[in-house]
Amino acid sequence: MKRFSWFNATTLTLGFAFLYLPMVILVIYSFNESKLVTVWAGFSTKWYGELLRNQEFLDAAWVTLRVAVFSSTIATILGTMAATVLVRSGRFMGRTLFSGMIYAPLVMPEVITGLSLLLLFIGIGLDRGVFTIVLAHTTFSMCYVSVVVSSRLSSFDRSLEEAALDLGCSPFAAFRLVTLPIIAPAVISGWLLAFTLSLDDLVIASFTTGPSATTLPIKIFSAVRLGVSPEINALSTLMIAIVTVGVITTSLITKRASVAQQRDEQAAARAT
Amino acid sequence: MNLRRFFLIAVPYLWLGALFLVPFVIVLKIALSDIALSIPPYTPQLDLSAGWEGVRSFFADLDFENFTFLTTDDLYWKAYLSSLQIALISTFVTLLVGYPMAYGMARAASEWRPTLLMLVILPFWTSFLIRIYAWMGILSNEGLLNQFLLWTGLISEPLTILNTNLAVYIGIVYAYLPFMILPIYAALEKMDDSLLEAAEDLGCSRVTAFWLVTIPLSKSGIIAGCFLVFIPAIGEFVIPSLLGGSGTLMIGKVLWEEFFSNRDWPVASAVAIILLLILIIPIILFQRNEQKQREAEG
Repeated sequence: MKRFSWFNATTLTLGFAFLYLPMVILVIYSFNESKLVTVWAGFSTKWYGELLRNQEFLDAAWVTLRVAVFSSTIATILGTMAATVLVRSGRFMGRTLFSGMIYAPLVMPEVITGLSLLLLFIGIGLDRGVFTIVLAHTTFSMCYVSVVVSSRLSSFDRSLEEAALDLGCSPFAAFRLVTLPIIAPAVISGWLLAFTLSLDDLVIASFTTGPSATTLPIKIFSAVRLGVSPEINALSTLMIAIVTVGVITTSLITKRASVAQQRDEQAAARAT
Repeated sequence: MNLRRFFLIAVPYLWLGALFLVPFVIVLKIALSDIALSIPPYTPQLDLSAGWEGVRSFFADLDFENFTFLTTDDLYWKAYLSSLQIALISTFVTLLVGYPMAYGMARAASEWRPTLLMLVILPFWTSFLIRIYAWMGILSNEGLLNQFLLWTGLISEPLTILNTNLAVYIGIVYAYLPFMILPIYAALEKMDDSLLEAAEDLGCSRVTAFWLVTIPLSKSGIIAGCFLVFIPAIGEFVIPSLLGGSGTLMIGKVLWEEFFSNRDWPVASAVAIILLLILIIPIILFQRNEQKQREAEG
């Protein structure tokens, strides 16, 4: 028996109001006619128009998107490999260092990661720009991917893969035909996590970028340092809308996929 | 060892080694160097063309001068202390706000729980920068909070909240609240309710049962949540620079300014090294807690 009282209902209402009100207010004020962001002067979508005509923002959005797609894709491949190593490879030389390097970036302050990568890029004389941001983002997001994927891998029934090997699959074919479809939801959520982390990152990108590449968070940060602006409100609203739609769709899809998968796995387990 | 396994281990290993481990060695090296008016702006440079003599004189020129400098200029240790203080207080407040929410979620009807969980996770996917920015419009002198308070008549003068430490506390609690709720909720959800009933049957009041049964059983979640808030809060940069004022001292901000405004790379590196040393203890404690939990479950 679970007890759910008025006290719980009140704390949940207040708590979620605290979490969501600031964003709701931001969204409402993005439709404000007035340039003064704290005074309501009627409904208007003109700031969205201004935003779409602002070439600097569009360029920055394009840079950010490219960085996010490349870094999250490489990070997903490397992170899945690292997860396989962590869960499957048993003992090897330097295993402790390996798992240390996977977990350390998760708790490392961004300023330190950014500073150290910048000093590396300068040390080896690499021109800073989109390429260096991709390297930096891949490095920290592959660690998140490997944590997500390894939790799925460790709960996965290895005998399925062994059966494939016994039936004459090559190790790679067994991975592609058996393991990968089963860990796919984790790989996909790892990719999404890496993608959002990259879209979101201000500090590491600021350190590792050069004059040729400005990402959206860098652009937003330099704009909001001067104060609140209706254009940024409009941009934020668009980003919040995209994230909300994205999260809800993927959670519905992965939920359906994982239910179907559990059914398949159980059927397979019964068959063996 | 077969080639496939070697390849599988070597690729992520080399990647992390080159882009995570090597950069740290470089930071350590530059922290021991001196600032110089050159490109890059520090000395000594490793001169391999001079052979062994070059390596020897390179190591001879490294010293702890920057670390001594950090202890003499009180800006730095004040920044470390105030980062610790801000992180501690905001972690505590986050716990006070997050625990009742996690508790309420765990007590909600089971068909509601996935939705509530999603509502906690959703802000985490939304841009951190935007969520902090949202508070700038609320907390400013002409902002909505002041307008609301003036309208209710609770205050007659607008309160100055933005650009003070209070705004930084609000920002940290707001931004990291999901990190506190999720592990506590995970611990509370697993809890067996018959334990509470047993405690009450044995004569506990509901409040005592809560203190003696629920809190201890959710301890691992509380510890995990506190570390998940405390560790990133110490090195936080975005929150103090957008919501804090000139009087807000936080080490992430100091490091940023030392690097970008003063262009003093050796001192910035030394600041980073000390910050890491401060963080190592909570990180190790956090890992232990996670490991204990895994063992308890496995």
